[in-house]
Amino acid sequence: MQTFRSSMIKGFIQFTSAIAIASTLGACSKSDDSNTVEEPMFEPNAIVTIDGSSTVFPVTEAVAEEFQIATKTKVTVGISGTGGGFKKFCRGETDISGASRPIKQKEIDKCKEAGIEFIELPVAFDALTVVINPANDFAKEMTVAELKTIWGPEAQENITSWNQVNPDWPDQPLKLFGPGADSGTFDYFTEAIIGKSKSSRGDFTASEDDNVLVTGVAGDKGGIGYFGYAYYEENKDKLTAVAVSEEAGKAGVLPSKASIEDGTYQPLARPIFIYVKKSAAQEKAHVKAFVDYYLEQGRPLIEEVKYVPLPAEDQDAVIAHWKALKAGTGFIEGKAEVGVKIKDLLDRVQ
Amino acid sequence: MGTASTLENIDAVRAMIKRAKLKDHIFGLVGLVCIMLILLTLLILFVDLVVDGYPKLFSADFYSNFPSRRAAKAGLLSALVGSSLVMLVTFVSAVPMGVGAAIYLEEYAPKNWFTEIIEVNVTNLAAVPSIIYGLLALGLFVYTLDFGNSILTAGLTLGLLILPVVIVATREAIRAIPIAIREAAYAVGATKGQVVGQHVVRYSAGGILTGVIIGMARAIGETAPVITIGALTFIAFLPESPVSSTPPFINFEWLTSGFTVLPIQMFSWLSRPSSSFHVNAAAAGAIIILVTLLMNGIAIKMRYNIRKKIKWQ
Repeated sequence: MQTFRSSMIKGFIQFTSAIAIASTLGACSKSDDSNTVEEPMFEPNAIVTIDGSSTVFPVTEAVAEEFQIATKTKVTVGISGTGGGFKKFCRGETDISGASRPIKQKEIDKCKEAGIEFIELPVAFDALTVVINPANDFAKEMTVAELKTIWGPEAQENITSWNQVNPDWPDQPLKLFGPGADSGTFDYFTEAIIGKSKSSRGDFTASEDDNVLVTGVAGDKGGIGYFGYAYYEENKDKLTAVAVSEEAGKAGVLPSKASIEDGTYQPLARPIFIYVKKSAAQEKAHVKAFVDYYLEQGRPLIEEVKYVPLPAEDQDAVIAHWKALKAGTGFIEGKAEVGVKIKDLLDRVQ
Repeated sequence: MGTASTLENIDAVRAMIKRAKLKDHIFGLVGLVCIMLILLTLLILFVDLVVDGYPKLFSADFYSNFPSRRAAKAGLLSALVGSSLVMLVTFVSAVPMGVGAAIYLEEYAPKNWFTEIIEVNVTNLAAVPSIIYGLLALGLFVYTLDFGNSILTAGLTLGLLILPVVIVATREAIRAIPIAIREAAYAVGATKGQVVGQHVVRYSAGGILTGVIIGMARAIGETAPVITIGALTFIAFLPESPVSSTPPFINFEWLTSGFTVLPIQMFSWLSRPSSSFHVNAAAAGAIIILVTLLMNGIAIKMRYNIRKKIKWQ
């Protein structure tokens, strides 16, 4: 009996200690060498907490990684989506929220209730890219009107073949792929193409995972979809980007760094933002240092993750805006404006 | 007459036996095919992940690096530590509660309509989708109790999730103890507490452990509830170590730390634009399967060891 009892206890101890050891091993070894390397610049428990859009995530992650190496300050980044991020931000849980669309009136009200003031900072451009299958050689150039015919709410169950969009195109079944209705990308695309946010046909394959959209369009000759430029850039061999022209007769423009910077890739170039809690910027030195780093050292990182940095003069304006701690949004009633100039946006905030 | 007719029919009887044996054979074969299909699926899945994740799986850096925007530098460390600490909280919260509840239901609870309802509900809880637990935890632990998006919240959430598994397994194990053991203990004057503590629970420990470990193995692969309560995607530092070399040696600061876990890290790598991250994702997937297999292996081994020690006579 005694031996049995002791073996059982031993078993329990083995099991629990195995877990404990596994969990502490890494913890000990790492915290040791971070102690020996260098003392952090700010108080040791200072953490910059960031959440928000998955579109802004790659940029923020890159900045966070480099900032953490440079200053030994802890940074955490979550992906709750633009809306989910603002929920946390307005509950005071995070210092910074990434957003692929402007803050909405409802969210502004929530923040106000909680007494949270925010500073709106455009950090980069993303090009929404319309993609088709490489075997599709007829629709390499499309007008906004044609895109509207395909994606508009009236198209539901009516527009099912390419030749219904343009009679010159073959009778090839249309297969549509797009992001889900919760995504900021969906909001912006519908605003820019259809003219009304969230107004879209519903009979398309929707996925929050852009790789699913890539696979879908790459696998179907009649496929068409849209997502952020980075996903196109990484899948150039499987997809063709559509040159978009604002109106019939104008030449189509392909998404690229140049066409975004000179403003010709319209209406699908969109700014992405971070929203910083004003009180955090004033009271927490590490949050201020992080945003400084984001705006001043972020450019090469933005390019590395396949986004387009703001033009230099706009970048300076954003930095000045940040240094002056101007709180509020430049958007009217939180509506995404297509083709809005960064300068105008910043000037509207007093 | 009987023997004569049997002798006359001997061929027919032999043919019948032959047919029956053939049927046996076929059924055995079908069963074998079934089991092979299951094993093959697992094997192919695992081999595929190992092949895809091969360059990462055998590199020490992968286990000691934090997440990074560069696939080559990105590692599992914060997810490994996060998962381990969350599992620790899950273990500590679910096991005493689950085992206690099961013992009460089996040994102490009166048999009436009320306990009947509890029993049905416990069994049903095991089938509730995990996302529901996530939403419950978001409302209860994060918003109401204000535990934040912490290791404590995640551990308790997964603890709740596996609670029904632990209860059901414990009850099954307790029920398997022959009634004679209890009667014998009572016969020599043992109290109820002694019977339960020194006999019933001890003999069923193997089964209880199996249930606990299978529950833990389920919890380690859970993604949905952990995302709901706000696990992080990028975290490049570790929580405070739970044990330290200076007094008081143990601290609980790590409980409030943010975290990420293995399946979330894997999902995050999988949804990246760059396909070079898919190697990392495959390696992480292989590790999750390996950890699960390992835990199940430990469960089997422990059950075996404990059963071997039990001698009814």
